[in-house]
Amino acid sequence: MPFSDFKTLKRLLKSDLSALPVVKVSLLGDTATQFLATAIRGTGVERGYHIDLYEAEYDQVERQLLDPTSEFYEFNADFIILFQSTHKLGENHAMLSSEQQTTLAEDRLNFVASVCSNPALEGKKIIYFNYPEIDDAVFGSYANHVPQSLTWQVRRLNCGLMDLTQQYPNLFICDIAALQNKLGRDAMFAANVYTSTEMVLSMDVLPNVASRVMDIICAVKGQFKKCLILDLDNTVWGGVIGDDGLEGIQLGHGLGIGKAFTEFQMWVKKLKQRGIIICVASKNNEETAKEPFEKHPDMVLKLDDIAVFQANWETKVDNIRTIQSILNISFDSMVFLDDNPFERNIVRENIKGITVPELPEDPADYLEYLYGLNLFETASYSSADKDRTKQYQVEAQRVSLSKTFTNEADFLKSLDMVSVVSGFTKFNTPRVAQLTQRSNQFNLRTVRYTDADIESFASDAEVIDLSFTLQDKFGDNGLIAVIIMKPQDKETLFVDTWLMSCRVLKRGVENFTLNTMVEIAKSKGYKRIIGEYLPTPKNGMVALHYPELGFTPIEGSPTAQWVLDLENYQPRECFIVANE
Amino acid sequence: MERSEIYEKLNEIFCDVLDLDEVHLTDASVADDIEEWDSLSHIQLIVAIEKAFGIKFTSLEIMKWNNVGEMVNSIIAKKQ
Repeated sequence: MPFSDFKTLKRLLKSDLSALPVVKVSLLGDTATQFLATAIRGTGVERGYHIDLYEAEYDQVERQLLDPTSEFYEFNADFIILFQSTHKLGENHAMLSSEQQTTLAEDRLNFVASVCSNPALEGKKIIYFNYPEIDDAVFGSYANHVPQSLTWQVRRLNCGLMDLTQQYPNLFICDIAALQNKLGRDAMFAANVYTSTEMVLSMDVLPNVASRVMDIICAVKGQFKKCLILDLDNTVWGGVIGDDGLEGIQLGHGLGIGKAFTEFQMWVKKLKQRGIIICVASKNNEETAKEPFEKHPDMVLKLDDIAVFQANWETKVDNIRTIQSILNISFDSMVFLDDNPFERNIVRENIKGITVPELPEDPADYLEYLYGLNLFETASYSSADKDRTKQYQVEAQRVSLSKTFTNEADFLKSLDMVSVVSGFTKFNTPRVAQLTQRSNQFNLRTVRYTDADIESFASDAEVIDLSFTLQDKFGDNGLIAVIIMKPQDKETLFVDTWLMSCRVLKRGVENFTLNTMVEIAKSKGYKRIIGEYLPTPKNGMVALHYPELGFTPIEGSPTAQWVLDLENYQPRECFIVANE
Repeated sequence: MERSEIYEKLNEIFCDVLDLDEVHLTDASVADDIEEWDSLSHIQLIVAIEKAFGIKFTSLEIMKWNNVGEMVNSIIAKKQ
């Protein structure tokens, strides 16, 4: 079972939570929610959060929300979970006239809308549980014809909640109706427990529900999966391509259990179209591994869909590390799927943070099993997400090219790099400001600037402002480096800002940048440039930036400073051509 | 199923659910005897007992037992 049971979650709360980041959550429900609260807090610990949870007294949803002096407002949570049950809705439904029944969904939606637009809750995230259906069998299937039926109203309500999300970005639907579709009503609900306790969720389902809640909280907090890494043989197709050959592998509706793999590939394709980065890590000859992608008529996935393709005889662990270094995303945002339990264990043991589901033995079960894990929760979606694959493919091509050169200079030369050097303009101001705000690693002084600051540098004749783009034969990286130099006296320039995007490390951009800086400084009559390094927890990679570029230390200065004498400066070797 | 066997199993379940090192339930045991046994953990116990014995209690049973002995009577009745 992929989810910890309730007992385990409860026990986790006894551990020391003081080191975990705190998230404040309120839980308001119209049934007994103590167990749900415990399950959410326990699942929070599993995901690395200390959930500081305020639980309202039972059935106080409206009172707590409507009274601005309530404990709920005093607690001031970041996330507000509202759990109004289908059960209570049904009770309500039973007591209404048939005319009133037809507006049940609408009334509830109006309430939800009023919560979402409540000014006192501005900036809060509202997690609203949708309504798992209860078929009360009053009309049978004919309920679909009758607006006052409970079935009609519950379905309307769930559709209406989706509509509300389009209007209120602070509203997140926790889809426990989907959970019930997966597990079944009889698993979701235990009548005897409900009758003696007012709990509408069974003990067994609590961990799943809590997990769905934490999926949303984690996604909002930026913790979500970005990348899916696939093994090939018996994961993407049936059989072993190296042994069975192109005609022998099982795919499509023809041979053996090929259908299972084809449908699995369709799911992966949809994930790719949503913006999940798809990669391959396979023990195979690269050529053999790629053959089905290129030639097999029943392959849904094409080479185009794969951002990084690692097929060789190195270990899976090494290949996943290579993929990580190309994508430059954290291991905890990656999922690895492999049919082989041995490989799964090795990856799990050696790569901390990566998610490695225990795939079922029968490939026919892969999809339903994976659906149940809800691995790819997200808190946003934009069509731009779709273009990510292309970007990473380009980077992967660069990395694989670099492996074919033994000499770094030859490799850099082969890239045909071109840089556009420009001062700050109204076109590049937002990107320059963004870089000053976001760059943490290759950033010498980590001074943050707004758009307005950047504009003021642009209009100040004293300030030397430079931006650099980098393009190579594989693609354009856009604006990747920023320099701001200010005069300290008539002969001396001080480097206020030197930063660079880590996408273009080890390409000699530093050398090109310095050559450009010196040239401009000299033309304005300056004799020296002073650089300073202000350490932060993240910028250790540039601690020796200035000495490595030939600057000499300034003795006795209170911070780490270096100076460069411009008169004797020899332009540094680099393979980037300026494009004026 | 012998009464003693049921008690053996119940003692195990109580230890596991309530996180106790040992429990010695008797016919006369009531919730007040065990600090960790409150109205919430009671439900956890019920669900665990249902699973362990492969039975289902009625809602009335869940609410009406006066002591462990009565609960054991219910279990025996269902196992026959």
